[in-house]
Amino acid sequence: MPVIEVDSLHKRYRDHVAVQDVSFSVEEGEIFGVCGRNGAGKTTTVECIGGLRAGDGGSISVLGLDPVRDRAALRRAVGIQLQASELPDRMRVQEAVELFASFYPDPADPDELIERWGLGAKRRAAFSKLSGGQKQRLSIVLALVGNPRVAILDELTTGLDPQARRDTWAAIEQIRDSGVTVVLVTHFMEEAERLCDRIALIDTGRVVAIDTPTGLVASLPDGQRLRFRPSAEFADTLLTDLPEVRDVRRKGPTVEVTGRGDLLQAVTSALADHRVMAVDLRLDQPTLDDAFVALTGRPSGE
Amino acid sequence: MSTLSALSKAETRLFLRDPVTVVVAVLLPTLILAGLGAVPALREPFPEIGMTFVAYFAPSLLVISIVQLGLQTLPTALATYRERGVLRRYSATPVSPLAVLVVQLLVNLVTTLLAVALLVLVAVVGFGVPAPRHPLDFGLAVLLGTSAVFALGLLIAAVAPRARTAGGIGALAFMLTLFFAGTYLPNFLLPEAIVRIGAFVPPGVAAIKDSWVGAGADPLVLVVMAVTTVAASALAARLFRWE
Repeated sequence: MPVIEVDSLHKRYRDHVAVQDVSFSVEEGEIFGVCGRNGAGKTTTVECIGGLRAGDGGSISVLGLDPVRDRAALRRAVGIQLQASELPDRMRVQEAVELFASFYPDPADPDELIERWGLGAKRRAAFSKLSGGQKQRLSIVLALVGNPRVAILDELTTGLDPQARRDTWAAIEQIRDSGVTVVLVTHFMEEAERLCDRIALIDTGRVVAIDTPTGLVASLPDGQRLRFRPSAEFADTLLTDLPEVRDVRRKGPTVEVTGRGDLLQAVTSALADHRVMAVDLRLDQPTLDDAFVALTGRPSGE
Repeated sequence: MSTLSALSKAETRLFLRDPVTVVVAVLLPTLILAGLGAVPALREPFPEIGMTFVAYFAPSLLVISIVQLGLQTLPTALATYRERGVLRRYSATPVSPLAVLVVQLLVNLVTTLLAVALLVLVAVVGFGVPAPRHPLDFGLAVLLGTSAVFALGLLIAAVAPRARTAGGIGALAFMLTLFFAGTYLPNFLLPEAIVRIGAFVPPGVAAIKDSWVGAGADPLVLVVMAVTTVAASALAARLFRWE
């Protein structure tokens, strides 16, 4: 039984359609990615799931609740971390966590959460004195302090340095491991690939694909690419005859082979049979970013 | 601990951490009063106004607290909360952002009343100003005048697109109300027309003054304050944007 079901969600703002006909479901205990470039409708979608906006059409069920009609019950069961929402400058870390804990019937222990998320040394620090990474961690703590069954995290790592980003990723896996279903909004494909069990790719308000990261990558027609310099001359047909190989190209001394399946093994053993060595061999695995480009026709960064 | 009391505690703590507000709103009016009261001539009856200057001027000083909190602190705080997404953050929890607004209102109201009480106490005990002659009128005049100013503050918070705009409009309103309340220049130095108008400009200094050191509050001023409160807060409620 899915924890979240979105069925044909529509939402339009005055002059443009933000979300059209979005449907997906999220299973209990998974990290579900809602991915796409900026302005694709990701935030609008999760804001409708969180009951912060009402959709114009379609239906949403979260833990069996209607986000708009059962607003109060939903708020107690869903923790939301929002983009661009801050706390008062002078509010201190511990005060904020204790205050938010008081909003929920069965909150987590504020002290323990603060320690677990590495804010123990910053308990008495004012919000304005925290670094970007610390603010994000506090924001996660506030989303989790009510012991939610579902956590919605929107663009959590935007603006963080690489180290803080990696720390946050580890933290998100920690949330999932504690049994909370996570909906992760991101325009950052590396993040989605690393963290998500399943992903809905959204482009211009529509879902273009829903699959596991591996599934999305595997759907690429010529996924893998090998590059090497051969130690001796050989005919292209030696490789193009292999079932795994799709195309062979030569760029000066370098040979570039694209294909799928066990490409590396097939190419190197065919070459070895003809006493050719592959020098400076490199295998490029396609990434989710490549899958995104293939599915939408444009890079994710745009 | 209930949500509302936790929120009140948190907001009070934040409020007290802003020393400028506390000093300007709570201490400044009383300090000015003490400064004036230290001049012996100002404690002597003044023939033109039929009382000591300190007694004549104290109600105008009291207005500083009301308008600082109602027109500057309150709207700026609310507009900042909206601009920085604090209200939105609360709206993602079981707490309604309306509770945050109500708590802000309460913290500023209670502070206003404390500041008024401090000024009256110091004026009466320290500088020979009579205790409010019509205590019921005085209480009513302060309450209704404060409500009217706070309602205008809410209206500013409702329409200002950004915190800086709220601060700007608030500052302008602050200076205008103090001018009409005779805080910059005592009333007897102002043209008659301005004093007439000033009587009805929130918080309605005439009613406060007449009930403290005069013959009782003009009911018309009280009615105008009540009407302003209702009209401005209804308009603010209609126009208020939560994000």
